[in-house]
Amino acid sequence: MITHVAISPTSSSFPFIGILIGLPALGALVLALLPRQAKQAIRWTALGVSVVSLGVAVAMAICFKAGNDGYQFFTNHSWATSLGVSWMTGVDGISLFMVVLTTLLVPLALLGAGEHRRTKPFTAWLLLLEAACIGSFVSLDLILFFFFFELTLIPSYFLIAGWGGPARAAAAVKFFLYTFLGSAMMLVGILYVAFTHEAQTHVLTFSLQALEGTKFSGVAGVLLFCAFTIGFAIKAPIFPFHTWSPDTYAESPIGAVIILSGIMAKLGTYGIIRFDLGIFGHASRVVAPVMLTLAVIGMIYGAIVACAQRDLKRIIAYSSLAQMGFIVLGIFSFSTIGLTGSVLLMVNHGIITAAFFLLIGWIVKRRGTSNAGELVGLQGPAPVLAATFTIVMLASIGLPGLNGFVSEYLVLIGTFITHRWWAVVGVTAVVFAALYLLWAYQRVFHGKAEGANAATKDLSWGERAVIAPLILLIVVLGIFPGPILHRIEPSVRHTLTHVSTNSCAVGSHCATQSMGGSK
Amino acid sequence: MIHFAPVMLFFPLLGFLVLVTFGRRMGEKASGTIATVAIGLSFVAALITFLGLLGQSNREVTENLYTWIPVGSLHVNIALLVDPLSITMCLFVTFISALIHLYSTGYMHGERDATKFFVYLNLFVFSMLVLVLGNNLLLTFVGWEGVGVCSYWLVSYYFDKDAAASAGKKAFIYNRVGDVGLLLAMFLIFDKTGTLNYLDIFGHLGSFTTLAATMAVLALMLAAAGKSAQIPLFNWLPDAMEGPTPVSALIHAATMVTAGVYLLCRMNPLLSLSPDGRVVIAIIGGATAFVAATIGTSQRDIKKVLAFSTVSQIGFMVLAVGTGAYVAAIFLMICHAFYKALLFLGSGSVIHGLHGEQDIDRMGALRKFMPITFATFLIGWLAIAGVPPFASFWSKGDVLDSVYRHYPALWVLGIITAILTAYYMSRLFFLVFTGKARFDEPAADGRPAIHDPHESPKVMTIPLVVLAVGTLLVAGIDLPWMHAHTLKAFLEPVFTTNLYDPNESSGLQIILAAVDAIMAVIGIAVAWVAWRNGPDRPKLEPKFLANVWYWDNFYDAIIGRPGQRLAQEAARADVAVIDGAVMGAAAVVTKRAQALRRIQTGQVRHYALFIAAGLVAILVFLLVKAFHP
Repeated sequence: MITHVAISPTSSSFPFIGILIGLPALGALVLALLPRQAKQAIRWTALGVSVVSLGVAVAMAICFKAGNDGYQFFTNHSWATSLGVSWMTGVDGISLFMVVLTTLLVPLALLGAGEHRRTKPFTAWLLLLEAACIGSFVSLDLILFFFFFELTLIPSYFLIAGWGGPARAAAAVKFFLYTFLGSAMMLVGILYVAFTHEAQTHVLTFSLQALEGTKFSGVAGVLLFCAFTIGFAIKAPIFPFHTWSPDTYAESPIGAVIILSGIMAKLGTYGIIRFDLGIFGHASRVVAPVMLTLAVIGMIYGAIVACAQRDLKRIIAYSSLAQMGFIVLGIFSFSTIGLTGSVLLMVNHGIITAAFFLLIGWIVKRRGTSNAGELVGLQGPAPVLAATFTIVMLASIGLPGLNGFVSEYLVLIGTFITHRWWAVVGVTAVVFAALYLLWAYQRVFHGKAEGANAATKDLSWGERAVIAPLILLIVVLGIFPGPILHRIEPSVRHTLTHVSTNSCAVGSHCATQSMGGSK
Repeated sequence: MIHFAPVMLFFPLLGFLVLVTFGRRMGEKASGTIATVAIGLSFVAALITFLGLLGQSNREVTENLYTWIPVGSLHVNIALLVDPLSITMCLFVTFISALIHLYSTGYMHGERDATKFFVYLNLFVFSMLVLVLGNNLLLTFVGWEGVGVCSYWLVSYYFDKDAAASAGKKAFIYNRVGDVGLLLAMFLIFDKTGTLNYLDIFGHLGSFTTLAATMAVLALMLAAAGKSAQIPLFNWLPDAMEGPTPVSALIHAATMVTAGVYLLCRMNPLLSLSPDGRVVIAIIGGATAFVAATIGTSQRDIKKVLAFSTVSQIGFMVLAVGTGAYVAAIFLMICHAFYKALLFLGSGSVIHGLHGEQDIDRMGALRKFMPITFATFLIGWLAIAGVPPFASFWSKGDVLDSVYRHYPALWVLGIITAILTAYYMSRLFFLVFTGKARFDEPAADGRPAIHDPHESPKVMTIPLVVLAVGTLLVAGIDLPWMHAHTLKAFLEPVFTTNLYDPNESSGLQIILAAVDAIMAVIGIAVAWVAWRNGPDRPKLEPKFLANVWYWDNFYDAIIGRPGQRLAQEAARADVAVIDGAVMGAAAVVTKRAQALRRIQTGQVRHYALFIAAGLVAILVFLLVKAFHP
């Protein structure tokens, strides 16, 4: 008895998704086979693979039909039928831009991270990480998703442990321990969902679309929601599961942290939208006040703690915590406007945070530190660096005309309509965001540069070329967000139908009110 | 011709883009010229648009450019609303901006990064025009934030000076607090009316309860308090004087800081729903006008006096809004834009002539050295002091007239403030231009003597002369007692809820006008007695006023320092409590506290093994369950 297969997948003749997962994975393999000394060959291969992937992703985005709420470029190959596991992939408006963003950030990370010792394993791990992230975003089978979700851990662990800062070992372990702990719970949850579904329909499947029809008792639903959500909350991170992230972001090599904060963090919020809202509609509604509260706490707490940080990387880590709070707020507003804002913010935050870490990486390259206490007056010797940093900072603060604003605004206004008081408290976060970033900017860039600070080199043309696409996106997405919003919104509407209609606990009265879906 | 509206925006934007791309290669002179021409052309476009609008019977024209944010029921367009209010704002904004650009080409000569200065200045004018031309609250917010960030850049223009850097940040943060108000107002209005377009909002006012309207009005007032430097957020503006003086004239006197008043006037149909909200607005405006005027009496920095004067004058505008006298508020805004820009540019000329000296203790007798600056400053002084028949006599008189009819108590406060205004401006004028020279010997704190004060170059004095002429003529746009209400008639369609009609009783008007004039004379006379011979004797600068009522110290004590402590404690707790709890919980769960401790000493392999074992266990569990459901 499959009750709910509302999605009408459109299939495509061109296997975009297969290529997008396969190409970086294959690239990683090829790199592994190349001799270690062939540094140029390694770099060019990695770059070529990642740029081609970007091209494929962009082509996919162009072929993507706007106004369609279903999964596109859908593929379904069963490979473990007896287990109910299949290779089921597709993208919709929620995942499309995360895939594109992933393929954009990887070449920038490769270029922006500069020379590494042991180039070969570094680039290979990075490409594998790309494949795993893309796989996670396109999987429509829970086991397949879990596979990719876990797979991201292995390359990121090795990237942190192999190329990070002085305390990298501890950071890598903490990161691994923490996120893995969450995943373990999620796996139990996935199995429980599938077996419950099997008990109800006599079909063992891990297909997301099938499982979306599963009914749970109130308590089971909430417990399952928690099992899934803790894993996602750690990944994002959401308060109070965030304490791995400052250490990890501070100790990771720049190439890795761009992907960690720009992409992998979004796996958490993406998972919440796709799986929590999709499968546990009723439980999502029950738990929403808790999630909204955690979101608002994260927004304000992250900003307050960021004010007390000295290290730029840690400031951005806590800033990310606050931004993740915005995303979660929009998700659990259950309004089309708020959730669309969240999805857009996932993209925008990826762009902004990647730009931040590129710039911080370049500051570290010049000055050997990202400690704001040791950096003074860089605007004098490095005006272009300062100007670029300013644009990124203002985008993060939420200056209208730049990309961060649109998403932040949508989240807040959407939340205000459905959950007024959380939005009223949350809106104060816009003050704090300005506070810690302007403070950091003043310490690092304003003042009189002396000694080593005065000798800081400005951005090279190569570095300008690397950051240019991100700056361009920051501006263009701030002025013309329409094309992206048109593609996100239908899928958001569809997702919200799960929260309103697929939301009855077994044996409970079923209210059919829509959760502000129209506004 | 009405379709020239987007052209107004085009030129400053083009100027900005050209300068940001090629500015550094073109050098200071070319950049300044391009920037000035861009704004001049924008003024021409505004003039053409204005003439086009005059020729129309329907004077509310929307120019739709494209859809900016389309999500669900939220549909925000990039669209311009050309109506009497917006075009009035555009005209004086572009006119004064063009003059200040011209002035800046002289004032900023030889400054490091002068091209960057013009980049910011053009972007500022563009943002200001977006602010006033936006046909919806969100687009106004775009301009609102745009001018804010330009202000941030220009205040901290001398970024290697700590005071300038901090002042820029302070301005931005205070404005952000106000922004919370504008955001909340937008949310509430959208929730009630389903739209953010001004004209559509006004068509759906029926869905507001009085309480909701009051909440929205108070939120708007918070926004206005931030941008227009009103209590409780006024004290960023004096610090903002760290910016170059043309910036103070343009942004922190004539244009940006009046944006809050513009916003309140624009939303006048909503204000009409909330008498309580208007009382609060009137009290805030009156109190700010008074407090800032008292502080203005005791400042020794020429720009700080003018800064507090600006705060005080905007207080009068807000007071006018609170009484429902929207035309009077706009009238005062325009007059103020002229005479305050004139006074600031005049002070810039003085500072320029004295090689950077800003302390009025170290001035005096400058009328001999700077005749044009002196003559134009004289006009500005008479205009702001409220001496008939100069600008402020008419415009501030209008405001006080309306206040008298609505809130007599606030009228008394307003009259006292009017005396203070005449007094502090006269004190400034006498100390700077009359008496004996005090700059030609070294100061007590070691500042060297200044020997050759000089008049400023023509690019600086021409704008002064034009503004002085403008100041003399500007009141002519709305002379209430001659029954020539040109401005009032023009703005009528926008201010359908205007509560003050100066035609009501001319007898009372004449009495009130006489009171105003007498107050101005009293203020000037007191200042003449006390200050005409320089700053030696009178103890008329109480510490309490010189220190801004200890307002900054108060905020520092209740917000600044506790906030910093809170941040430090939170950062410590994040590591000790939250991270500690998580790590502790993990230890309990795994019952492997020993292993955890070892992990933290760096023995990763143990841990990797542990994870691998866990993975295998889960995989086995999966397989078993799958085959034996």
